[in-house]
This record gives sequence, C-alpha cells and structure tokens, in this order.
Amino acid sequence: MSEPSAAAKAATIEEKQYLLRFNADTQSHLHVMDANVCLTSCPDKICTVFCPAEVYKWEEVRMHVGYEGCHECGSCRIGCPHQNIKWVYPKGGHGIVFRLG
Amino acid sequence: MPEKFDVIVVGAGPAGIACAYELAKHGVNVLLIERGEYPGSKNVMGGVLYRKMMEEIVPDFHKEAPVERPIVEQRFMMMDKTSAVTFSYKGMEWAQEPYNNFTVLRAKFDQWFAQKAVERGALLVCETVVLECVVEDGRVVGVKTDRPDGELRADVVVLADGVNSLLAKSLGFHKEFRPDEVALATMEILKLDKKIIEDRFNLEEGQGCTIELFGDATKGILGTGFLYTNKDTLSIGVGTLLSGLIKHKIKPYELMEYVKKHPMIRPYIQGGEPQEYLAHLIPEGGYKSIPKVAGAGVIVVGDAAQLVNAIHREGSNMAMTSGRLAAEAIIAAKERDDYSEASLDAYRQSLMASFVGQDMKKYKDATHHFDKFPQYFEQYIPMMNRAASQMLTVDGTPKREKQRKIWRDMGSFGQKVKIARDFYRAWRVMK
Repeated sequence: MSEPSAAAKAATIEEKQYLLRFNADTQSHLHVMDANVCLTSCPDKICTVFCPAEVYKWEEVRMHVGYEGCHECGSCRIGCPHQNIKWVYPKGGHGIVFRLG
Repeated sequence: MPEKFDVIVVGAGPAGIACAYELAKHGVNVLLIERGEYPGSKNVMGGVLYRKMMEEIVPDFHKEAPVERPIVEQRFMMMDKTSAVTFSYKGMEWAQEPYNNFTVLRAKFDQWFAQKAVERGALLVCETVVLECVVEDGRVVGVKTDRPDGELRADVVVLADGVNSLLAKSLGFHKEFRPDEVALATMEILKLDKKIIEDRFNLEEGQGCTIELFGDATKGILGTGFLYTNKDTLSIGVGTLLSGLIKHKIKPYELMEYVKKHPMIRPYIQGGEPQEYLAHLIPEGGYKSIPKVAGAGVIVVGDAAQLVNAIHREGSNMAMTSGRLAAEAIIAAKERDDYSEASLDAYRQSLMASFVGQDMKKYKDATHHFDKFPQYFEQYIPMMNRAASQMLTVDGTPKREKQRKIWRDMGSFGQKVKIARDFYRAWRVMK
C-alpha cells in the first residue's frame, strides 16, 4: 500500500515549521539563564524533547536556542525542571504569525 | 503625561475582545492592546465556538462572522492501537437555528470579532506588548508597553493576556504554573475538498462534525486528540498534560504524526494538504488553579484566569462570558466611581455564580483524578476495545463463553474490585 499523502507530507518537525510565517526579531526572547545548569545538572535536557518546535537543541556542551521558530507557547518556561529559562514575549508584532488556526 | 483611558484591555482573544466590545457598547473609553500583527495571529484553539455565549455578545453573529461549519454530530472515539469503540450523538436540531456550536479558524474569527469591537468604538492597537502593570499605592493604574513613551493610564486594566498570564503572575495573583496544570496541544490544518469532507464524515452540504479521540491517540497519557471539520480544511490535534510529555519523554510533533498515521484516523485525513502547524498551551489546572481575578484597578479574564473546562473542551465560551461579566462589573464600578478591589470583586462573584464558576467547581477534581490514576486511559480503554472485539467477532464460540473470556480479561477478583472502585471514583469526580 502506498503511503497516504497527508501522512507523508509535513511529517518532520522541519517540514511542519516550513508551513509557518515568522517575523523574527533580531534578538532572542528566550534565554537560558545559567548555561552550566544544562551542562551539569540536567541529564535529560527535557526541553529538547517537549518543545513543540524543536527550538532547543543540545550541541555537545551548550544549549542552542532557535528562538526564530518559537510558537510562544510557554512550555519551556513551565517545563524546565530547573526554572532556568527566562521567557518573555517577542517585541510587539514579532515572532510567529498564525494565518489560520 | 501618559494618555488616559477608562479601561485598558490587554490581549485581543475571545475574553479581551468580548470585554472591550461590551464596554465600548456602553460608551466606555476602552483601549484594546494586542501583541500580534493582528488579533488572532497568536491565538490557537481546536476550533469549537459555542453559539450561545457568543450570541450574548453579538446577536446573530453567525450570519456574518467567518464561521466554518455548524456541528451536527459529536463523536467520541475510545482508541486502542488498531481499533476504536465510538460513541456519537447526531441531531438535526443542531443543523438549524439557533445552532449549538460552530468550528472556526481563530486567525480569521478573532480579526472579525475585534473589528466588531472597533465598530462599537473600542480603540485597537496591535504589535504592542504590555511589559508590566503600573502599580501605585497598591492599585493598578495603567500599563507599560514596549512602545517608546509606552506608559498608558486607565481606571481599570483587564488582563486577557492568555494562558501564560505573565501579568497576573507579576502582580502576585498566582504562582508560576506547574507542568501538570497546563496541556500542550499541537494542531495541523489540512486542506481537503469540501465534498470529500462531507462524504467522509457523513454530512449534508455545509454541516460539520467533531471527533474527540481518547486512549491510544495520546498513547495512554492523559490528554485527548481531536479531528474537526472546517469548510475546506480539517483541524487535527493532540494535547496532553505537559507533565505527561515530560514523564514519558514524548515529542509532541511525533505524537501528532502517530495520530495522523493511526489506522482509525488515516482514512479521514488521506490526501489532506498540511497548511499550518500550531502549538499552544491550554490551562487545565481547573478550579483550584484559578488565580485571584479581581484586585484594585485590575481584573483577570479568560485563559489568564485558567477558565477552561477540560472535560467538555470548553474554553472560548468561558472566556467570552468572563469578558462580558468583567465589562458589567466595570460599568457598575464606573457608576459608583469606585475601582477598589471590593468594588471590582463583583466580577468574581458574578463569574462564580455563572455557568463558568459552577462548571469549574463541578469538575474541580476531574483532571487531577485522571492524572493520578492513569489506568483509565492506559488499561480500561484497551479493555473496552477487546471486549467489543470479542463480543462482535463471530467465530463459532458460544456467546456465554465469550462473556466468560471478557470477564477473565478483566483480571483477578481483586482487579475487578479495583475496576469497580475506579468507575465509582470517576463518577464521583464527574457527577
């Protein structure tokens, strides 16, 4: 049986993110407050799992924060086990722009 | 001197727009501040808008508002890995005036609704973030925005800033939410021909259907999935408590793909072209998580006040009603020229006396219960599926023997007692 198109299309997070319009600010609205906490105290790096836009990526020794693709949901602020993420809204008019839902 | 308004409403979602609309209708000088490019650009919901509460604000709205389809059938699928037991109610009374509910796409709908508030006389300013409330002598007297010279004054500030509720938190009205007080939902909009939608969902032209998904849609984690029909798109989504994703180390977009590929779902969405992918939090803490909702010169409405009935997937209706009741309390306070906490507390009282407060209270233990006892989703839904399969599969086994098999499948005597107790408990928290 051939793979149905809906399941085949936009199956990865990268492809899903391509469906969206962002008006990214030049500065991040998300900040890891203490990089050392991620490195030494957080074996799970759970934000890299539950973030729905894969904003957080662990790069060997540091957390890369791809704020440009953020949905501004707030999960990382609430879900970080060390309350180590400073989270504010992007500057007015910036960030994600939903067209439908 | 900073500019002064009677009321500043922060956030143009259903709660904030409803409040601004009602205030403007009564001649109150109201400013509605939205951080997005336009109202709706940051707003997400599965898509069911309830007619009654919307109509209490804008009568006959559905004749001109961008609604998608009136819902004539609501299905509930109890899913296992390759099966589902489905319940449904379909009624033709929902296919005609006054209607029960409609699917909507929020970016379109919120723009329309905000425009109605503007027509009534509200001033709408977009692309503006409120950074904090200005507090003097223990009362809120205005807001500070991210615009140059961004301070604005008002007799009352209405916080309709959504689930993250940063402003109420900074006022000390609530603490930071816990991961078990919010659900993370993701959604996709899939484009599909109108006629195909109507054929697949057994609908007459223009009618709509909603399907709620329980059990395997969230791999047994507390949460639900949904599949809603719009005009020429489908909204498919899945949401679980953030604590559930953390505990089970599940990526939300992978859960979405799991639902889309599920054999009970795949045929519905086949050929659908993904248009948009959205993520948003839903406040699910319930009654016990409702923050302080009225203070001196300030009122909290909608998601910011955690007003969601997770059991009945109601939220936007509660938001609108809270916005309307806030407006009524403010108008009464204006007549008394008294914006103290005691005066604005009339809002809290009317909110708690309304269906909003009553339903929040009714289900105050429900989410916690199903979170604490995962067996309902993990075990009982699959058990229900096995029982249905056993009973309905004709293989020459006598029916009484089949009943015995189902009975054995429920486990030892002790386990059966546990099941009975769990169903009694479930009834207790839902009654």
